[in-house]
Amino acid sequence: MKVPISWLRDFVDITLPLDELAHRLTMAGLEVEEMTLVGLSIPSGPLGADGRGSLDTKISGLSWEADKIVVAAVSEVMPHPNADRLVLCKLYDGEREHIVLTGAPNLQHLKGTGPLPQPLKVPYARLGARIYDGHQPGQVLTTLKPAKIRGIESYSMICSEKELGISEEHDGIIILDDEAPVGLPLADYIGDAVFDIAILPSTARTASILGVAREVAAITGQPLRLMPGFFSYSAEGPSIEGKASIQITTPELNPRFVLGLIQDLKIGPSPYWMQRRLKLAGMRPINNLVDITNYVMLEIGQPLHAFDYDVLVQRAGGKAPTIITRTAEAGERLTTLDGVERTLNDFSVLVCDTAGALSIAGVMGGAESEVSDQTRNILLEGAAWNYINTRRTMGAQKLQSEAAYRFSRGVHPAMAERGVRRGLELMRLLGGGAICQGLVDHYPLPASDPKITLTPAEVERLLGVPVPVEQIVKILESLEFACQVTQTPEGASILVQTPDHRLDIGNDLIGKADLIEEIARIYGYDRIPETRMADALPPQRNNPSLEREERVRDLLVEMGLTEIVSYRLTHPDREARRVAPGTPPEDKPYLYLANPMASDRNVLRHSLLSSVLEAVERNIRLRPRLALFEIGPVFMSSEEGTLPDEMQRLAIVMTGERDLAGWQKADTEPMDFYDLKGVLEGLLSGMHLSALRIEAVEHPSFHPGKCARLWIGGQPLGVFGELHPLVSERYDFPAGAVLAAELDLTSLLALAPERYEMSSVPAFPPVLEDLAVVVDEIVPADRVAELIRQAGGRTVTEVRLFDVYRSEQLGTEKKSLAYSLAYQAPDRTLTDKDVAQVRQKIIRRLEQETGAKLRS
Amino acid sequence: MLTQLEQIEKAALDALKNVQDEASLEQWRIAHLGRSAPLMQVFDQLGKLSKEERPLIGRRANEVKRGLDNALAEQSEAMRQAALARTLTAERLDVTLPGRPIGRGRLHPSTQILRQIYRIFADMGFQIYRSREVESDEYNFEMLNIPAHHPARDMWDTFHTTAPGVLLRTHTSPGQIHVMREYYPQPIRVILPGMCFRYEQISARKETQFNQVEGLAVGHHITFGDLKGTLSDFARRMFGEQVRTRFRTSYFPFTEPSAEMDVECFLCGGKGCGVCSGTGWLEILGCGMVHPTVLRNGGYDPLKFSGFAFGMGPERIAMLRYKIEDIRYFWANDVRFLEQF
Repeated sequence: MKVPISWLRDFVDITLPLDELAHRLTMAGLEVEEMTLVGLSIPSGPLGADGRGSLDTKISGLSWEADKIVVAAVSEVMPHPNADRLVLCKLYDGEREHIVLTGAPNLQHLKGTGPLPQPLKVPYARLGARIYDGHQPGQVLTTLKPAKIRGIESYSMICSEKELGISEEHDGIIILDDEAPVGLPLADYIGDAVFDIAILPSTARTASILGVAREVAAITGQPLRLMPGFFSYSAEGPSIEGKASIQITTPELNPRFVLGLIQDLKIGPSPYWMQRRLKLAGMRPINNLVDITNYVMLEIGQPLHAFDYDVLVQRAGGKAPTIITRTAEAGERLTTLDGVERTLNDFSVLVCDTAGALSIAGVMGGAESEVSDQTRNILLEGAAWNYINTRRTMGAQKLQSEAAYRFSRGVHPAMAERGVRRGLELMRLLGGGAICQGLVDHYPLPASDPKITLTPAEVERLLGVPVPVEQIVKILESLEFACQVTQTPEGASILVQTPDHRLDIGNDLIGKADLIEEIARIYGYDRIPETRMADALPPQRNNPSLEREERVRDLLVEMGLTEIVSYRLTHPDREARRVAPGTPPEDKPYLYLANPMASDRNVLRHSLLSSVLEAVERNIRLRPRLALFEIGPVFMSSEEGTLPDEMQRLAIVMTGERDLAGWQKADTEPMDFYDLKGVLEGLLSGMHLSALRIEAVEHPSFHPGKCARLWIGGQPLGVFGELHPLVSERYDFPAGAVLAAELDLTSLLALAPERYEMSSVPAFPPVLEDLAVVVDEIVPADRVAELIRQAGGRTVTEVRLFDVYRSEQLGTEKKSLAYSLAYQAPDRTLTDKDVAQVRQKIIRRLEQETGAKLRS
Repeated sequence: MLTQLEQIEKAALDALKNVQDEASLEQWRIAHLGRSAPLMQVFDQLGKLSKEERPLIGRRANEVKRGLDNALAEQSEAMRQAALARTLTAERLDVTLPGRPIGRGRLHPSTQILRQIYRIFADMGFQIYRSREVESDEYNFEMLNIPAHHPARDMWDTFHTTAPGVLLRTHTSPGQIHVMREYYPQPIRVILPGMCFRYEQISARKETQFNQVEGLAVGHHITFGDLKGTLSDFARRMFGEQVRTRFRTSYFPFTEPSAEMDVECFLCGGKGCGVCSGTGWLEILGCGMVHPTVLRNGGYDPLKFSGFAFGMGPERIAMLRYKIEDIRYFWANDVRFLEQF
């Protein structure tokens, strides 16, 4: 919402410097995003009491220097001796006469007509004035310097709107009103500044000059200047009775509809002051009729619609038109003012007559009944529309308009009548014509403006600061709430009546909260002291799932892995790459977006493996070694409800050289299955998980011989291994093993014990011994280790595999596994005899269970 | 005999002066202190000496032996010291050569900021509550006082799914309803972190997914002053003890009164710079007193309970703290970005 200060001054005195006013409005919820100077200046130097921290608003635009840009009078327009398109103006600037050269097309018709009967008042820029260059696009500052143009000296200028920063127009010079005082600094006459205010959904009432003026009045303690009779008009025409009628079919969607009629209006340009205000507010002047409907909308917030009355009479077969409001029939069509033929939804409200639809209610008029230059008689509509329904229509039609902007945020029905009155009177004043007496006003669903009881105690309870009853009343009254204070034994109580221009105040408890917000923001949030909560502390709880998840992150980072976070959104084809081609699709369906932003991210992910592989793809050529992990949810469509299951997963990916090479020798061999397994073992031991089982499995993502499933207890926790070569091929990977794991983090965390016991550090030395056995190739190494542990009992405290050996001597399908064992007792040093006994037990067990032979 | 002892001693000590390495030292020992050394022969002959001479010569012979033993020990130690000095000199390194690279792991910057937020609020008694990322329209909007087609819905561009009424949460606020319904009638102090989603064109400033940390305090006497105090305390710990805050009137459907908290730009000290667009202030979070309708939807009677809520973006905080100019870095997973944290 663009608010010219000059217009604001119609309704309230501005008592603060503009930058401070902008700051105060911003703090009170009307964020002034930008202040554009159009002539006025603001005091320079630091802002705010202590010189910092109040710069909120971006300031742009042009200040007109008082001594250089003034009002001047042109008394004669003469031809230029050497150029047809240029003229010479005899001009008086209050000090002396000048001859000023201009090419303005709007003076050409006066060329050589001799002294003007009435001098033309114009904005005049003297030598050295800083203005915008009229011939360059945008706003480029320039300083007026003496020059010779086609043989004539030129050192000053009569200005266009573009040169003064009023608009982009450079078609001619500005012609000021005749009353403009010659010699007066132009800034003092039409100098202005425009606040660009961001309107919150809750402050729709401020989408008007009057609405902003109310806030300024409340904030600065000035009275709102709304003259009695502001909304009255002088009706000298015949009565409107019998000339038009209204039928409202759905009052919930159209609570009020008001019509006024003005006859014999003369369409023409609107006066410069109105055009200038419209331009400053960001609207393009058209003609007096259109400009007035826009002007009233900007001024008081009520959009109006003007019908060509004669067209309506014609459509009604020569009879008085009947305006009907109703919802559209399914598939009904209407061509709107923007020339688009629209198919309407059955919830959209139309304004119709007996011959058909005229406009989409509150959003945009139809092309057929549009006013034209020939229009003489105007039927003026002011209506109230249900804002939710208006918004729904805007969304369905993808149609924006200034009227819809306001109606979709809520305009009070009381404003409908005021808007029509103000519009008719301005039309009479600026276009002549006679206003018919009376209005046609249907108001089937009168607004009930809430009455709320509020006590200072309630205000203090929520704000934490006592606000005296007098101050509460003063604040509310400054916003035009009517207050009635009653003294009760419990204290004062205020009966607050909501004014009939706002719809954002609720009833009862919600109304109280609404009022307290109004009190707080006008009182000033900055005046409410900061406190620390004195309330009882709630029961304190841990969050084990998060705490354990963070522990997993720390463990993985400790082991040298870097955390990544990927998009939750992906595409089924992107995820399909994580399995070998030809693998059947998953059984679970994806959850699809109805409105994806990008076509390659249209579903919620099923796989974290896919996420980390994409990260490898991105980085693999940047680093010789990658070790990444991600923790996050996957989303599986649930059979039970519509909401998907969100399962927390952990994915790990490792590829490249084992160690980072420096200038010294490093292990730059490619990492393999066991590097990944080492990380997983480190993670699981860090979480104190025991009863693990690793089982060789086949999985469509992994190499069939280098893939395993992790089990804890009876629960599968996920699969890990080396990526299947056919999967690697589907990514942009160079040759080399990519190791990856995807684990069910929720289950893993649930299995992690809350407590674990430390075992005491042994006081007696262990007996260390190596044990090598030859077993069949198919016997898994961890089976052997497990048997050693079982047979060794508590005496064997460490079983570490240190060599795997195969040779012809051992025989085919045989391997030697060498373990380093520690034998230990908590209470004594073991003797050779003790150890020999245990060793025998182990060997016997291995022979029995696996056919192992001791290797000598 | 005594003269012989003098000669033995002198010859031995003179010979020792020429000994330079371990081998000659051993030779010297054999020659002068060994079984067949002249000194040993003196000891061997002691028995043949007269009663008068024996103690005299014996004492002197022992003195000479002790002297030679000591000389041997000294020489041995001196040679060890010299050898060590030679080795240390030979092992001198170029200390300016780079160290051996360590493959250090790192937490994602969002995780790091989230943890800092957790810590600060934990100290104020706030605990962490997480809830789902895919939500129902009911929890994401309706329960939060945002009815269908309400103009306030323009504040959130939403990803809808093809399942009716199922959407990607646009904020962590649905967690407010979950936590209230779970904890009623106890007082509440929680923060609700998590990933949120907006249907927005991705740019340097805007992402389709981002973390949010919501906060909720509900109790019998929670006030707007408490809201200001709690969040200003947070800002001072997050951005610096001297940092000032201010609260601007704002609008959220689920709070009333609502505010935006600005923090004085900690990069320029409020003087105005590129990061704060010359305003001296940084918009950090939205907040307000919990709307009576929301309290009621959570099961709490707004006549007996009051509360405040707030929401902030950890990525925005990270961007300000580390001068990250493009939000798209966060989920692009480029190691050249991640390795800087």
